[in-house]
Amino acid sequence: MQQPSSHLKVRRTSGISMVEFADRKILEELSIQEIGEELGELVEAEPGVRLLLNFKNVDHLSSAALGMLITLNRKIQEQNGKLKLSDINRQIFEVFKITKLNRVFDIHTTAEEALSGFGQV
Amino acid sequence: MKVPADFGVDDTELTEVVVRSDLHSAKQPEGQIINEMLRQGYDADAAFGLKLALEEAMTNAVKHGNCNDPNKTIVVRYFVGPQRVVVMVRDEGCGFCPDVLPDPTTDDNLERPNGRGIMLMQSYMTRVCFNEAGNEVWMLKQRQEASP
Repeated sequence: MQQPSSHLKVRRTSGISMVEFADRKILEELSIQEIGEELGELVEAEPGVRLLLNFKNVDHLSSAALGMLITLNRKIQEQNGKLKLSDINRQIFEVFKITKLNRVFDIHTTAEEALSGFGQV
Repeated sequence: MKVPADFGVDDTELTEVVVRSDLHSAKQPEGQIINEMLRQGYDADAAFGLKLALEEAMTNAVKHGNCNDPNKTIVVRYFVGPQRVVVMVRDEGCGFCPDVLPDPTTDDNLERPNGRGIMLMQSYMTRVCFNEAGNEVWMLKQRQEASP
């Protein structure tokens, strides 16, 4: 099932919400607040959500995007849910490493690998 | 403040752009600078790093320096040459002291949602320095330097 959204493509399968960004530059400063709100609404609508954020369409992000992801991760953890990230390109992953946020987030090379970590493929 | 002496660029070589202090207008100089970098053969990693650092500087100017007041302006001065890129961003705020910013990578600060902008600028640029007031940042990216 695909839910229409201005910034996100959300697909639900086997109890896991898989989210892709609709635009390559989606994590730029201009849109980050709206994306954070959309993801926040998604988490609030499903307490304990198992959420996979797929970065395959993302080629840029900012410190504000990192902040949004930290807030989202905390919110999901408070509700005993789980957030995983996947398909992060080399340049973006470097940002996670520089900020040491690769230690905070559960990052997987591919969506398939991340899904298997949720307990099913 | 004039361009720092060790940046290797003369003040007269800089192009100046003045934009309204809002996040949309703040994107305008970025396009000009990145396009010129790519035209001069800088690689994708250099362009990625410059874009990231400039966006952090512009966001700081809009939000913290000019307090989201669209009636204020941001001055950007830049130079793109074969060996180096120099960018200056100045807002109308009263500045800050960059020396007292907490390290966002310590265990205590790692999960704080903000405080990474200047650290990212410093990571991706060859040199970053501020004027005494703290409302003007100068960034140097040397071409031969590999991205982090």
